[in-house]
Amino acid sequence: MIESIPLSYYLLLSATLFTIGAAGVLIRRNTIIILMCVEMMMNAVNLTFIAFSRFLDSATGQVFVFMIMAVAAVEVAIGLALLVELNRHKDAVDINQFNSLKG
Amino acid sequence: MTQLIWLTIALPVIGLLFNGILGRRAGYRVVRVVGPLVVGLAFLVGLGAMFETLARDGEPVTVHLWTWAAIGDFEVPINLLVDPLSVLMVLVVTGVGFLIHVYATEYMIHTGSDGHAHPDRDYTRFFTFLNLFIASMLVLVLGDNYLMMYVGWELVGVSSYLLIGFWFDRPAQEQDPVDLGDGVEPVKLTPLLSPAASGMKAFIVNRIGDVGFALGVFLIWSTFGTLQFDEVFARAEEINSALPTVIPWITALLFVGAIGKSAQLPLYVWLPDAMAGPTPVSALIHAATMVTAGVYMIVRSNALYSLAPGVSNTIAVIGMATAFFAATIALVQTDLKRVLAYSTISQLGYMFSAVGVGAYTAGMFHLTTHAFFKALLFLGAGSVMHALHDVIDLRRMGGLKDKMKITWITFWVGSLALAGFPLMSGFFSKDEILAKDFEVSPLLWFVGVVTAGLTAFYTFRAVFLAFHGAPRDRHLHDHAHESGRPITFALGVLAVLALFGGLLGLPTWLGLPHVLENNLEPVYEYMHHADEHHLSLALEATLMAISALTAIGGIVVAYVFYIVNPAIPRNIARASRGLFNLLANKYWVDEIYNAAIVQPALQLARAMSGGIDKGLIDNVLVDGTARAIGRVGRSMSRLQDGYVGHYALATFIGVLVIVSYFFLR
Repeated sequence: MIESIPLSYYLLLSATLFTIGAAGVLIRRNTIIILMCVEMMMNAVNLTFIAFSRFLDSATGQVFVFMIMAVAAVEVAIGLALLVELNRHKDAVDINQFNSLKG
Repeated sequence: MTQLIWLTIALPVIGLLFNGILGRRAGYRVVRVVGPLVVGLAFLVGLGAMFETLARDGEPVTVHLWTWAAIGDFEVPINLLVDPLSVLMVLVVTGVGFLIHVYATEYMIHTGSDGHAHPDRDYTRFFTFLNLFIASMLVLVLGDNYLMMYVGWELVGVSSYLLIGFWFDRPAQEQDPVDLGDGVEPVKLTPLLSPAASGMKAFIVNRIGDVGFALGVFLIWSTFGTLQFDEVFARAEEINSALPTVIPWITALLFVGAIGKSAQLPLYVWLPDAMAGPTPVSALIHAATMVTAGVYMIVRSNALYSLAPGVSNTIAVIGMATAFFAATIALVQTDLKRVLAYSTISQLGYMFSAVGVGAYTAGMFHLTTHAFFKALLFLGAGSVMHALHDVIDLRRMGGLKDKMKITWITFWVGSLALAGFPLMSGFFSKDEILAKDFEVSPLLWFVGVVTAGLTAFYTFRAVFLAFHGAPRDRHLHDHAHESGRPITFALGVLAVLALFGGLLGLPTWLGLPHVLENNLEPVYEYMHHADEHHLSLALEATLMAISALTAIGGIVVAYVFYIVNPAIPRNIARASRGLFNLLANKYWVDEIYNAAIVQPALQLARAMSGGIDKGLIDNVLVDGTARAIGRVGRSMSRLQDGYVGHYALATFIGVLVIVSYFFLR
């Protein structure tokens, strides 16, 4: 049963996912992958919320998760639109090509 | 009319707004009506106020207009004070002012070389400023507290500055050297300042005096806690017994302001240069009205000055010294307007010697008659200038009497009055001052009489050189003509006033009524009366006879020197070339001031502007700050390298630092 799995496992998994996502954002140069890594980080957070919600017997965490999912959907829509535009503009997906705002 | 006294200020303000805003569009034909009209109406209001003041025996009335500022207990009301003194000043300012406005309508129209009349390029600007001056002067004399007086004091200074520099685009002028003949080296004269520079000089010199005036007002405020005339004067005696040094300080500081405004030693230097302005300005501001503000201020503050005998005596001595000093310079000036300018300084000196010995009424009397005859003389000089196309050098005039009959006759009247010829207005007023001076100090009287002799001489020297004898410049003489109606009208009215102005103050020792003394009595309500000693009848008569003889003597000497035998003055000048040089170049006072004060001040200003302002404040502080921020910005901008990964890393590290701070706390 789900109760038999302790909270720390969920948190560890979540932390792992988040770290992988963060590392991906920092290391990878492919813009699409970076976007996916951001999604992964967000879902790691979602997992934490759900786990706490279950263990503390409170609905607040789940409400938050729905909220984050909605925001994530919006974010993906905008993010992908931006990517398409960037691609048209520079004919590239390498994030380091988009550096014209440097000081 | 007393309650409507604010109209005297409002009317010139209306005139100045109209002329200033709509004048150019309306054209000079409208301006030359509006300009004098508003001043004439103000004069009528003043006349009404005079009759009402006479009817209530000079009882002062305060007309409350509005409260300017109220901060706690401190209130600045805008009140006008209607009493015999302010009414007298209003009448002099608007009356003489009106005549000079009328005169100027014609004077500011120049006859070109084509024989056509052209109004001055800035005809409307001239009348705007002239109206501004009238309004400012009325604020000065009608205010019922020292603050309003100070406001008026500064406003007339601004008007004076604007009008001296009216022809601001005219350059400085060289003066022809004075030829003494017979192989003696001609005496070189220093060049005349440009109008713009003259205006600045007047403004800056006045500012030096005004600092004293302002400090005096501050001291009144901190001592009395009020600036209202009646409250200050009523408590003056009580304050003086409690704090015996404060009243002398107040009066001395206020007098410093008067030294500047009324051109006394040592701050008189701006007035001769103020002649660079148009002649109506010289007549109105620099002879008849503004320069007498210092005398008015002292008469108004008689309650304070009568408590400070030391300061008063100093004023009398400075006044008489100025009178003598300026008269000696006037003896040899070749510029007609400058002769009159030094004469004005000299006559103002007489007024100060009168108020210094406590003869306040005599001072006001001379102020009034002087306004009449000195305005007349300046306007006469202007009429000559007008006829000679702006030539003002006496050495190029001569024989103008047949060409300009009215100007000639009226100039004679004014000169007789200035010289103190018996029964003319200036005779009575100057004699009264001299008699009062004698009561205090025969030495003061003696210098005064000598100065009166000099006055008669230099005045008639100018008359004879300009109007009599053979023309010295044939071409100029041929083209000379009498001036137009408005000019001769103003000259005529002022000549009548200069003739009969003496009726305002006939000698009391002859049993005649002294109109001013009888009516100015309420003004001296709080005056501190010192022991009065009256001169015997015989002594009064002797003094009067001596001043009459001195005046006539001066005129006769001038006649001998410049009509009978013109070789005499030239021989004297040649024999004492050094003295002549000294006088003709005004004792080199301007040069001394220039070397001792002006140049060091300029050097200091240059050092301040170059080293402190440009070097430290501009370069180090202001630009330095901007440069430093720019440098920091440029080096920081290298962090923004455009690689999203680096930004994200920075964000992560930041979050990490913050989070670990909260954890490890």
